[in-house]
Amino acid sequence: MTTTKKQLHRIDLIFKNDEDCKEILRKALSKPNQEIINEMVNSGLKGRGGAGFPTGLKWKLTAESKEKDKYVICNADEGEPGTFKDREILSRVPHKVLSGMAVCAKITGARKGFIYLRGEYKFLVPELKKEIRKFHDILDDLGLDFRVEIFLGSGAYICGEESALFESMEGKRGEPRNKPPFPTECGYLNKPTVINNVETLAHSYTILKFGAQKFRDLGVKDSRGSKVFSVSGDTPIPGIYELELGMTVQDFVDDFGDGDTKAVQVGGASGFLVPRKRFAKTTIGYQGKLTGISLPTGGSMMIFNSSRSMYNVLNNYLDFFEEESCGQCTPCRVGCQQLLKGIRAVKRGEKPTSYLDKLMKLTETMKLTAKCGLGQSVANSFSSIVENFREEMIY
Amino acid sequence: MDFQEKLVQGLISKYGTDRENLLPILQGVVDQERFLSEDVILKISKAMAIPAAHVYGTASFYSFLDTEPRGKYVIRICKTITCSMKGKNQILLAIENFLKVKVGETTIDKKFTILQTNCLGWCHKAPAMLVNDEVYTELTPENVVDILREYKEEK
Ligand SMILES: Cc1cc2nc3c(=O)[nH]c(=O)nc-3n(C[C@H](O)[C@H](O)[C@H](O)COP(=O)(O)O)c2cc1C
Ligand code: SF4
Ligand code: FES
Repeated sequence: MTTTKKQLHRIDLIFKNDEDCKEILRKALSKPNQEIINEMVNSGLKGRGGAGFPTGLKWKLTAESKEKDKYVICNADEGEPGTFKDREILSRVPHKVLSGMAVCAKITGARKGFIYLRGEYKFLVPELKKEIRKFHDILDDLGLDFRVEIFLGSGAYICGEESALFESMEGKRGEPRNKPPFPTECGYLNKPTVINNVETLAHSYTILKFGAQKFRDLGVKDSRGSKVFSVSGDTPIPGIYELELGMTVQDFVDDFGDGDTKAVQVGGASGFLVPRKRFAKTTIGYQGKLTGISLPTGGSMMIFNSSRSMYNVLNNYLDFFEEESCGQCTPCRVGCQQLLKGIRAVKRGEKPTSYLDKLMKLTETMKLTAKCGLGQSVANSFSSIVENFREEMIY
Repeated sequence: MDFQEKLVQGLISKYGTDRENLLPILQGVVDQERFLSEDVILKISKAMAIPAAHVYGTASFYSFLDTEPRGKYVIRICKTITCSMKGKNQILLAIENFLKVKVGETTIDKKFTILQTNCLGWCHKAPAMLVNDEVYTELTPENVVDILREYKEEK
């Protein structure tokens, strides 16, 4: 292992095995809805799928809807490059995720839930089905009318976007819908739907077990609790780590880097590249946005050392976006193609270097005009890479 | 009733004809046949009373729902950043040399198709690939050939 100046605070909540799941669930289910909602809101838990929406509020809004049919969906599409923590959570502590779904079902009145599992994780299905059967028996004992099914994806990153995911479940092309309306009002089959990331649901179990305070004690203002990080790239210790929110990228690199770290991509291809000179100034959390003070993340941390070409990195991301764009709206469909063509042309010397600035403007336009998060977030990695490693784009 | 007819009927009686069941039904066909032929699409369209263009439109959206013939084993090698950095190209080369076909192609005996795919969620054990639903990680040009040899020599 590398020598470390300051060891990051490793947390062991999510993966800690729990024999008393049924008792925790019994206690949680016996509480009045309002109390559960308060607990969730007070915990400060924000969605772990990337966007960081307050989970308690999402549950509350759906609970308030008068519609009879509602759904709870666990988003296990996990397609963001560099993310693999949801698979680990689902295979090691599925009962926590299921318990989170059940409590959400109780307060919202949903009787049906789904786990949307990416097709790449199909091998998990037999084990997960067994867990779901066991869990249904527990629910029968506890008297909650709620059933969970697995819905398998088929190899499309965009289906992780919540409204595309609903379309996919409805047997259609996974093309994102216009928002509003939001899922809490109009989700799967146009019914109110709570959709949460796998990890968010697992955290909700921790909150119900230990109370909001224990969760709040971790992290910093606006970024409460712990987070499961997927660490990959140039590191001697790639893997899955639960860490407290609010660390700086420097702290992270001290712990996980190989001593020669040049940059860290926070949040996958749709996230930001942080160059060495910004390590100390950038924290990992939810408040603050594009100014680079604090970066929200689904937990993907990709480490690059000085042997890596940032041109290759950007080229790889753009190839990814160009392929995974659903093609529904022009700024994103054509924009991704042009960006990819553009950086290749600059690299080959067929376009002047000033062309990079044109491309940067194009990503700004995409941010404003693309229909969903995919097209809107291409600007994140594009501008953070081109601004910081311009010479590598050219030579 | 031919095999395809039976397959489609079986899937439809298992899942039902609601549009929400279209993906599981298409997946069920691909599990058996590795791809969706025009014929199968028409059969599903008729049985579920969904226009064939919609069935095709849905199928063609998803990279795992192939509408072109594929081999019995579809190899999907991850080409996203971490796998790329950790030697994906050498792995691909080793596979192409061993199977004597290029990426995108199917072997003459229809046993293997080589494809590339995006991040499989195993970056900490890169490079990674799928062979149908099976995951293989920490590949080397040597061990990938051993893995494929077993598929090649089965029965
Ligand atoms: C292109 C795109 C892909 C996404 N992929 C995922 C995903 O794989 N898993 C996930 O939980 N959220 C994903 N999201 C975010 C979801 O739309 C949604 O915000 C999330 O599932 C809500 O759950 P949370 O509040 O618990 O994070 C994606 C968003 C976009 C725009
Ligand atoms: S931004 Fe891209 S992925 Fe999103 S709807 Fe438009 S084309 Fe589809
Ligand atoms: S980059 Fe290949 S598995 Fe993630």
